[in-house]
Order: sequence, then structure tokens, then C-alpha cells
Amino acid sequence: MMGTDEHYPRNGTLKSHCDQKQQENNSLKNGYHKNEKVQKNGMGNGFHQPRVRGEDSFEEAPMYVAVLTYMGYGIVILFGYFRDLLRAIGLEKCHQAQEREEQKDFVPLYQDFENFYTRNLYMRVRDNWNRPICSLPGPVFDLMERVSDDNNWTFRLTGRTIENVINMGSYNYLGFAENNVDFLKTVAEVTRQYGVGVCSTRQELGNFSIHEKLERHVAEFLGMESAMAFGMGFATNSMNIPALVGKGCLILSDELNHTSLILGARLSGATIRVFKHNNMQSLEKLLKEAICSGQPRTHRSWKKILIMVEGIYSMEGSLVRLPEIIALKKKYKAYLYLDEAHSIGAVGPTGRGVTEHFGVDPNEVDVLMGTFTKSFGAAGGYIAGKKELVDYLRAHSHSAMYATAMSPPVVEQIIRAIKCIMGVDGTTEGQRRVRQLAENTRYLRSRLKDMGFIVYGNQDSPVVPLLLYLPGKVGAFSRAMLKRKIGVVVVGFPATPITEARARFCVSAAHTKEMLDKVLQSLDELGDYIRVKFSRHRLSHRPELDGETDFELDS
Amino acid sequence: MEMKKMRENLGWLYYQYLLITGIYVLEPWEQSVFNTVLFTTVAMVIYTSYVFVPVHVRLALEFFSELVREQPESTVALMS
Repeated sequence: MMGTDEHYPRNGTLKSHCDQKQQENNSLKNGYHKNEKVQKNGMGNGFHQPRVRGEDSFEEAPMYVAVLTYMGYGIVILFGYFRDLLRAIGLEKCHQAQEREEQKDFVPLYQDFENFYTRNLYMRVRDNWNRPICSLPGPVFDLMERVSDDNNWTFRLTGRTIENVINMGSYNYLGFAENNVDFLKTVAEVTRQYGVGVCSTRQELGNFSIHEKLERHVAEFLGMESAMAFGMGFATNSMNIPALVGKGCLILSDELNHTSLILGARLSGATIRVFKHNNMQSLEKLLKEAICSGQPRTHRSWKKILIMVEGIYSMEGSLVRLPEIIALKKKYKAYLYLDEAHSIGAVGPTGRGVTEHFGVDPNEVDVLMGTFTKSFGAAGGYIAGKKELVDYLRAHSHSAMYATAMSPPVVEQIIRAIKCIMGVDGTTEGQRRVRQLAENTRYLRSRLKDMGFIVYGNQDSPVVPLLLYLPGKVGAFSRAMLKRKIGVVVVGFPATPITEARARFCVSAAHTKEMLDKVLQSLDELGDYIRVKFSRHRLSHRPELDGETDFELDS
Repeated sequence: MEMKKMRENLGWLYYQYLLITGIYVLEPWEQSVFNTVLFTTVAMVIYTSYVFVPVHVRLALEFFSELVREQPESTVALMS
């Protein structure tokens, strides 16, 4: 790994801890002492020995599954055409928007595939999404019961609530979505002091002292020089990338980047080239080509080359290959934009994100972006980097100039969450939650693999996609899980490739072992009943594992 | 008890059929339409094979056995 030797002289006192940490993958027991040191030091002293990164698994299903998936989609599409024919003839009433009689001779408005898909496929299974929630999205929540009398075209609330449904879909990684009065005292104080509305943009009269306090805390937490916070995570990406790059620059973005990154890249006007997901050879080839040939027609060199990647990809659960990307970046003199929306607070021994997980100095990443929505239980996003960069963004970003500043109670929630994770408030609650999340993640992932499900992604990522493949099983799975009082998120065609529909679990530190056991038991039964255990690596019984040497059994 | 188990088993098999073909998402009358069409097609295939397969197999066997019988006769003719 690059640069490890440079760290030894600086971290001389930590060396013995580092060695021990290297031997045990399970650094949590060791990490307890080290974390106290980190808290007292203040800065995220993330110069640990670079970790060996677990491999991402993207196991492929047997061929008959792909064939059956296509067949299933084919049959439902045929029936879609049949129903459209009935609607066109007039034998059936069309519930969706339709053109008026006078417009029928003009260009058809609703004939493209997206509308067809919505009318004929999405509507049939629509009751699995947009379920109304009537409590806080903690580890358990309450759903409002709703039924449909006309096959999901309209819904009717029965008035009953389904209580204590286990929540496996909310991005509540560290459990900060809570309404415990003791924890929220400071938030109530701040609301009393500042009110709730800001009524201005940051640049005009919306720059409160609490915003500056937040930015100082964020910078300290990440170990960067300076940071800036914005009101909306999506807007952080889409409004700030145009301020950083423009025409004449090159953006190399990963295949599976989030829509906000793609939107920001397109708005900026730079040339965009896509490299295969997490594939370093593809990225290096693009970099070489870019530097050798320069801009398309004039062959002048590119003004800037920006590599855009995410910490954890939310649909796959895979981790970025950070050390390799940093090595490539240094070799070819490019810049790196790392979007840590899902990974901040969720990976790393003290919860400081992928930079800590890999033992990389966060200052080597040029622009470190993240959101407060997922692990901090609030809303908004931040960008951290060198002081010149952040000062430039304060003056030139659209989001800074035109968007309203963050609301004070939300800001205070983020500050208290950061203080809790760093341990500055005097308790070890934050570190306990980070450890609990890592334990829960490992437990859930290993048990799911043992049962024989195909699960994508890295073993340390709290985003767990479980593949279902067939369109019929997607709807059946979600409904059956709700009957067993577990709420899951299933994702289908437009968000994932057509053959890879999945259910995505988000592990939380607030889940207790009993909850996870209940979920695992239901998944086991349901997996057998519906037949979604496609993995070919299924382990039939535990004692066989004793011979394996690639992980420790002392936990 | 066995009747109940068999019925449960059959019910589960039907459920699997619904899930795999994707019919599970359709409305009940559409499911009936699909089942009718599929059942009719399968019945026609079975009937056709019942009527025609024995005749075709017999003719094919006769054709090939005739070829084999003719071979030694032609070699004898060449030699003499």
C-alpha cells in the first residue's frame, strides 16, 4: 500500500497497537483504547496501518434464473399490450392520464416505454412503496394500514395502524433518529434561542453563529482544514460540482454513481467519461488516454481531471478502492471527489468514513463530500477540503448563494451527533454505536451468506442488497415480509439493471440482536417458501467452518 | 392427513408457478386467461404427439433399418 512507511515516524507510539490491529481483523476490542486516544487528540488520527480490504462479492446467479426473469418480464409486457388494447378499444376505463379527444391526432404523449411500464407493471405492485409511516423511523416503526379496491389505482386508509414493524429500510445507521428527551435537550434549547426558520440565504443574513460552529465541528471530525454545510444533500452535489469544474475539464465518473453526481456533472458542462464500476484498469486506461490525447478536437491538455467516486454505493453495497485511486491520482496528477453519503459514520473503527477504514490520510482527497441525512439523523450535506477550496465555494457555489441556510434545530442535531461520535460530550455512547453497527453488519451478512442468499457488496458495508431477480418474487417478497411485520425496501427495474431486482437492507446500530434474529428467521422461512436462495456457495452446517483460516472465530 | 399435505404441496407448486412465470402480479381474470391459453396449448401438444409420434417413429425406424439391410447386398454385388 502506498505511503505506509511515511506514517511510522509520526505514529511511533501507536505502532504496537497497529501491529495488533493488523493481525486481528476484529479491531473493535483493541480499538476501544485507541479510540480514547483519538478522542483526546481531537483530530481524526486516522493514520492507522492500512487495512486489508475485504473483497466485494458480486456472485452471479445460475443461468436459468436470467432466462426465467426475461420470460417473466416478457409475459407481463404481453399482458400490458393486451390491456392497452382493451383501453384503446374502450372496453376498459383508463385510470391514468390520457390525451383528450381533440389531441388524438397530434403527437402521442403517453406512448413511450416509461409510461407503458408505469401503467402496466409498476401499478400492479405499487402497494409495496410509499407506505405511510406514522411514527419515528427508528429500529421499529408503525405503518398505516391501507388497502386498494381497484388493483392499486387508488388506496384507502382503513384507520388501523400496523405497530412495531421492524425497520430494515431506513438509513438510520447509527440510530440517531430517536426522540429520547434527554438526548434532545440541546436541540430544544437551540430552538428556543434561534427559532426554526432562517429566512435568508447564507450570503445575505442567514449566517448564524451556530452554522459556523457546525462547520468547525465537521472539519475537526473529518480531519480536514475547513468545511461548509448545505441544506440539502442532493443539492450539495448538483450545485457544487458546476462551481468546481467547467468547460475544458474532464470528469471520470464511476458507472454506478448516484443521480446527484451525474446531474452535477452534466450541469457543469465538462466532458464526462465513465469507467467500469470499481475497475482500476478501466480508470487507468481512461486517464492515460486523456493525458495523451487531451481535449477532443484541439488536443490541448485538459484544464482539470476530476475523478468522482462514492464511498459506499447505495445499490450494491460495495466499497470504493480508495488506496488504488489515490495512487492513480498522484501518478496522473488528477483530483479526487469522494462522495461519502452512506459511508460517513458507518465504516471505519471510529466512524470517520472510508478514509479511516483504509488508513488513508483524509487530506489526500481533494474534495470530501458527505451528507448528514444517513448517519446523523438530520438533513443536509457538507463539503470539506482545504481552506482555499471551501472559501472559493462559499463565494461561488449556487447552493451557498441562493439556497436557504440550514434550520437551527437540524444544525444542533448534527452537532450533538458529531459530539456523541467523537466522545467529546463525555460518554462512550457514540463509539458504542459505531461498534454495534459493525457487529450487526458482520452478523447479518455472514448469516445471510450461510443461508444461501446472494448478497452483493463488501463485508463491512451496512448496506445489504439481497438479490431476488424475478419480477413476480419482488412483489411477493415485500408483501410477505410485511405480513410478518418487517418493513423492507425492494428495488426493481429503472433503479437497477433489469435482471437484478433486489431487496435492500440497511443495518442500524439501534437494532438489537433479537430483532436481527427475528429478521433472519423470517428470511430463512420465506427464502425457502418463495425459493430465492440462489447461491451456489451455501454452507450446510457450521462445524465445517472450523477448518477455515481466513477469519477469526473468537468473536 | 396425506390429502391435506398433498393439497398444501399442490398449493405451493401453484404459487411457485405464479411467481416464476410472473403471473403473480396480474389480476385474477388475467391469470385465468393465461392459464386457459397455456392449458389449451399443452393439451393440443399432448394430443398431437399421441396421434402422430408412434407413426413417425415407426416410419423412421423402417427407413433406417432398410438402409442397413441394403448395405451388405451392395458390397456383395461389387465383389462378384
